[in-house]
Amino acid sequence: MSEKTYVPSTKFGKWFNDRLPLLSLSAHLMEYPTPKNLNYWWTFGGILTFCLASQIVTGIVLGMHYIAHTDMAFNSIEHIMRDVNYGWLLRYIHSNGASMFFLAVYIHIFRSLFYGSYKSPREIIWILGMMIYLLMMATAFMGYVLPWGQMSFWGATVITNLFSAIPLIGDSITTWLWGGYSVDNPTLTRFFSLHYLLPFMILGLVVLHIWALHVPGNNNPIGIDIKKPSKDTVPFHPYITIKDLFALLIFVIIFAGFVFFSPNILGHPDNYIPANPLITPTHIVPEWYLLPFYAILRSVPDKLGGVILLFASIFILFALPWLDRSKVRSAIFRPLYRQFFWILMIDVFVLGYMGAMPAEGTYLLIARIATAYYFVHFLVVLPILSSVEKTEPIPLGISDPVLKT
Amino acid sequence: MDEKPKKSKRDFLFTASYTLGAVGIGATIWPLIDQMNPDTSVKALATTEVDLTQIEPGNSITVLWRGKPVFIKRRTQSEIEEAESVNLTELPHPEKDQDRVKKKEWLVMLGVCTHLGCVPLSDKGEYNGWFCPCHGSHYDTSGRIRKGPAPTNMEIPKYEFVNNNTIKIG
Repeated sequence: MSEKTYVPSTKFGKWFNDRLPLLSLSAHLMEYPTPKNLNYWWTFGGILTFCLASQIVTGIVLGMHYIAHTDMAFNSIEHIMRDVNYGWLLRYIHSNGASMFFLAVYIHIFRSLFYGSYKSPREIIWILGMMIYLLMMATAFMGYVLPWGQMSFWGATVITNLFSAIPLIGDSITTWLWGGYSVDNPTLTRFFSLHYLLPFMILGLVVLHIWALHVPGNNNPIGIDIKKPSKDTVPFHPYITIKDLFALLIFVIIFAGFVFFSPNILGHPDNYIPANPLITPTHIVPEWYLLPFYAILRSVPDKLGGVILLFASIFILFALPWLDRSKVRSAIFRPLYRQFFWILMIDVFVLGYMGAMPAEGTYLLIARIATAYYFVHFLVVLPILSSVEKTEPIPLGISDPVLKT
Repeated sequence: MDEKPKKSKRDFLFTASYTLGAVGIGATIWPLIDQMNPDTSVKALATTEVDLTQIEPGNSITVLWRGKPVFIKRRTQSEIEEAESVNLTELPHPEKDQDRVKKKEWLVMLGVCTHLGCVPLSDKGEYNGWFCPCHGSHYDTSGRIRKGPAPTNMEIPKYEFVNNNTIKIG
């Protein structure tokens, strides 16, 4: 990177920085040249950092009151809600925070899809992001099990049983995951342990994600390479920090709207019934953010096939930089891709809706078509577009089209 | 440069050290992995005795064994006949009814859908047996899968009749 070498202004600062260059790091973060045309879709990185911090802080204090035992978990949640000072607030921030985290991450991912941020030279950033997304799903799933309500128990049963579809060793794996012959106390305690661990692994990946980002620098809405620093860039601080803060403010207002006015609207009432291993709720649904994948799982009339397709739908995203070989990043200059992007978006929403509906009749048929299209988009449409699409001319610089007229 | 260097005593020492190191790491990791398997207190709860006297024909009870529901169904004559008359070629997982019961009247099986582990509802579905509400698997009066995503019939646990009115599961 072509920034000036930072020299601390005080003698102590210089002494310290020579031994641990933290001041150089913070100077780099502040001066970091950022494309000046970043729009509000680029503010979700900052929002996501806030979400992770918020989940970790509220999670740690909830862990001081929660008891991971099948006899006490459900009641300890009620204890948090009724007795612990501000326990209701902390828990509602944590449970709605998970939803807000996923909302932000989906916007972040679709922004990347639209503007081609996953393309060379940013493949590693994308892959790290997908690893974060995968860990987020695992963390959220295990967190949902902890209250030990009906949805917790049966969600855990269904998801852990996915592994029983593996030929030969499937049953040993599920027994190992459970620590018994069904979802029970050993399962709950290990889920609590891992639910506490994974956010810190996410944090580590986030550091790598940002590190990898700072090597090539940000992509931008017109998706062109820019010289840094130049008239096309602004320093991260104060230009981007203030824009990120403003977006965060709006986001937090919406977040607070959920927490204070409808804290249970994104949850499922069945989870306020204590877990009962003898009765399965008539309609099991995962949290909203996992519904599209659930729809894919259910659309296959075969156990192993469904599980394979479910995992394939996530892992196919890792290969995205090599499936879409178009040199033009931004969809603004890709007239065909632009339309397929929106079709994919609609397709994912349709899958999400079908995941919430019973798997029968017309719903099942639509879910199957949407599942097929999901894979067609990545495996057929993108590779073909890469070679046949006639892209529009891209500008040479961010300032150029403006300054020349 | 292209010539392969001769295997020396040093190469042997490297290979031996790496191998021993790998075995050592494996032996260290194994306890960390195996601690997640069922512990002795879980394994100790392996058998359950059930009294059958209260169950009327056509009714069933559900008992908990190893944390899983076990259906004990006292089948009616028509249900037995229905189960026995099925042509095996129609079944996704062909098993004779007589191989699934010890006494025709009593069907004892794990009440766990072989798809993803939900508990099926009794006397529901298109085959008068069980229906799993989670992902729509239909089972017949012998607990055999007939329609839906479940790959196999519901499992029959190990059990025996202690006397005419009592069974021991496990």
